[in-house]
Amino acid sequence: MYKILLCLRYLRTRYIALASIVSVMLGVATMIVVNSVMAGFTNEMRDRIHGFLADVVVESRSMSGILDSQRQMATVQGAAGEFIAAMTPTVEVPAMITYSDPVSGERFTQSIQLVGIDPGGKAQVGPLKTYLDSYNSIIDEGEVLRRPLRPADTDPGWELTDHAKTYRRMMKQQQMLFLQEETPLTGIPVPAPQFEGQPASGPASDDDVAPPVFSDTPENAVATDEAPVAPPDFDMPFQSSSQAEAAADPTAPLSARVFLGEQITSFQARDPETGKLHKVNMVNPGDDILITTIQSDTPPEPISFSATVVDMFRSGMSEYDGQLVLMNLEELQRNRGMILNGEDAITSIQIKLHNYDDSDEVVKRLRAAFPPGTVTVSTWEAKQGLLLSAVEVETAILNVLLFMIIAVAGFGILAIFFMIVVEKTRDIGILKSLGASSKGVMSIFLSYGLGLGVVGSAAGVAIGLLFVHYINEIEDGLSWITGRKVFDEKIYYFFEIPTQVNPLMVMWVALGAIAIAVLASVLPARRASRLHPVRALRYE
Amino acid sequence: MKFRGSAVSAEAAAFYGPYPCDFLPSTRLMSNTSQHQSPVETLKMTTPLISALAIEKSYVKGQHKVPVLHGAGLTAQRGEFISVVGQSGSGKSTLLHVMGLLDSPDVGEVLLEGKRIDNLQQSSRDQLRNHVFGFIFQFYHLLPELTLLENVMTPLMIRHSFLSYWKKRKEIRQQAMDILQQVGLEHRIKHRPSELSGGEMQRGAIARALIARPEILLADEPTGNLDSATGGEIMETLTQLNEENQLTIVMVTHDEAVAQKAHRIVRLAEGRIATVAHEEAA
Repeated sequence: MYKILLCLRYLRTRYIALASIVSVMLGVATMIVVNSVMAGFTNEMRDRIHGFLADVVVESRSMSGILDSQRQMATVQGAAGEFIAAMTPTVEVPAMITYSDPVSGERFTQSIQLVGIDPGGKAQVGPLKTYLDSYNSIIDEGEVLRRPLRPADTDPGWELTDHAKTYRRMMKQQQMLFLQEETPLTGIPVPAPQFEGQPASGPASDDDVAPPVFSDTPENAVATDEAPVAPPDFDMPFQSSSQAEAAADPTAPLSARVFLGEQITSFQARDPETGKLHKVNMVNPGDDILITTIQSDTPPEPISFSATVVDMFRSGMSEYDGQLVLMNLEELQRNRGMILNGEDAITSIQIKLHNYDDSDEVVKRLRAAFPPGTVTVSTWEAKQGLLLSAVEVETAILNVLLFMIIAVAGFGILAIFFMIVVEKTRDIGILKSLGASSKGVMSIFLSYGLGLGVVGSAAGVAIGLLFVHYINEIEDGLSWITGRKVFDEKIYYFFEIPTQVNPLMVMWVALGAIAIAVLASVLPARRASRLHPVRALRYE
Repeated sequence: MKFRGSAVSAEAAAFYGPYPCDFLPSTRLMSNTSQHQSPVETLKMTTPLISALAIEKSYVKGQHKVPVLHGAGLTAQRGEFISVVGQSGSGKSTLLHVMGLLDSPDVGEVLLEGKRIDNLQQSSRDQLRNHVFGFIFQFYHLLPELTLLENVMTPLMIRHSFLSYWKKRKEIRQQAMDILQQVGLEHRIKHRPSELSGGEMQRGAIARALIARPEILLADEPTGNLDSATGGEIMETLTQLNEENQLTIVMVTHDEAVAQKAHRIVRLAEGRIATVAHEEAA
């Protein structure tokens, strides 16, 4: 009884113990906050990594793909149809894009991954619409700079937005003016299409241009334009100056359309005046770019064609945003010569499952369903295993480091307890003279440690959870105090700091802190219990 | 002294059989019977309540061994009030500590009603300290974090486990209140020791020593830190306890005037008994 009373009384009256409580509290709070934020980030990361990958992907082993998308999809449906929510055929090839900086005129070529998709189908197997620029507002420091250009209820497609059309028309007309006035000779090197003789399955194979000529030139626009979608009812203020091209609308978009990963053609620049980072886009929706890839023949021949940028996408993963160019599937198949006798070849099928827990079963069945050696079946986690495990390792290392914080608090308790034992030496002698056993004295100090741990952990959990709950407000406050953004959404792509509180983690952190507090009090408690009563009493 | 000691230890050896399990109940029983005067008188001649026999004790200070007691001994009958006087360093406090099982002798024995207690296991010694001995110190040694009432209740808190304390808490509280009333501190129960005067603290310490209903009160310079008036009050309380409750008291002091209050004065010099003075008038 006296143990509990004394322990509680010591807790209440020893202000030095407050230091231990505070150190335990801070350690626990820090661990909870960092873990929650890390978990939030990890979750967000996983979502983004998952983003452009469907749950399960069936990939052809060869670049030329497997023939007949309908039949392959029927095979998939037959093998594991009951698990599958949606699937879409895609063609994935390595490629290069070439574009020019509108300011300096400098030309850039960059390697990318070209993915032919059907936007409707792709939107069903993963989030596409939320990634596309035209469906999102542009927000800068809480201010909405631009509303979404497309209504949220429309399906993604290859149509240009009005905004992009206007922009394109303006750019084209400027170029035409510029060319007519200053370089009237540009008309001469109209390039002969280099890659003819593709299987003429498509309605037109006239979209090839010579690689050295940049696609923005009106000649190419003329050469490639088949105007399948561009409505002719444009208001053309410079019509008179371009009578030669009047037959075909030179400002109509090309038949090859792409969604461009936003990091491919943009860079972060620091404003020299304000010092703020802002994004500079070198290519905008409505511009044309040149794509160079390979045909599906063996050995593969290089091909080049121009494509109109319809939209930019931003998944938040630089692996995707800096690598992927999504293109209309049929156009890519046609350009690569993947349509033979009415059968189209595809390189992969992306599959979305009803329940991701079934993925192992689906993978097993699909592997059995296809002839051996033709396809690879993998889940998105297997495809991004390295990245995911990197995130996990990061979390684990951070946890080890953070636990050291609590260990430091433990040593603080150790030191403070030794002080308290020295201070309480006389009391220990008194208690022993009154008949308290060594065990009793020891348990006073052990339960004191336990008390410190419990109180510190409880306070730490409370503070940690509050901090996590109000983390964005706190971040705003810190930004306001320091005058610079602590958490720049331009860098992280998050508007808010993502957090996820895992109750089990909170429990373990609290228990670990309590255990450390008790462990740290073992040595001082043993010392106290071994004090000789006479020597303790003499201590004045 | 020597003769008597050996005779007692022979008795103790004969006594050794049923020991130590029911040691405590037997002493409790005896203390109850000792409330009556007559059995005490008969017991007095045969078995003293406590005796320390031929105690030798030295402390190790650094590399030197400092001898404190050279075969000093002390025997107290039930109801006796003994003063131990001597100069500083004569070993009187050490003798008291050895008798009260706070320290163990290098050589020699401590007998309680003829049974050896200095070589008992630690837990039995702790229990004996709680049940049989009451300590009073020069510096009062009240626990600074607890109120006076809690301080007084401490020995019973130590004795009882949490559950049995909880069951008896009202009883224990009442007991403590009674004892505090007896020493005249009932109006100070909520105060911390730091808020009490020296005399009050010492009376609180006496109350704490008494609540466990000890057989023997061991007082180490109880008046050493008090002015003579307050010291006189304390001594009055002690004498009263000795007379009314037949409490055996062994008191260490260096103050001759204080020592005179006892039945008997034992003088210690350099770790040995110098003289034993009998003074029946208290």
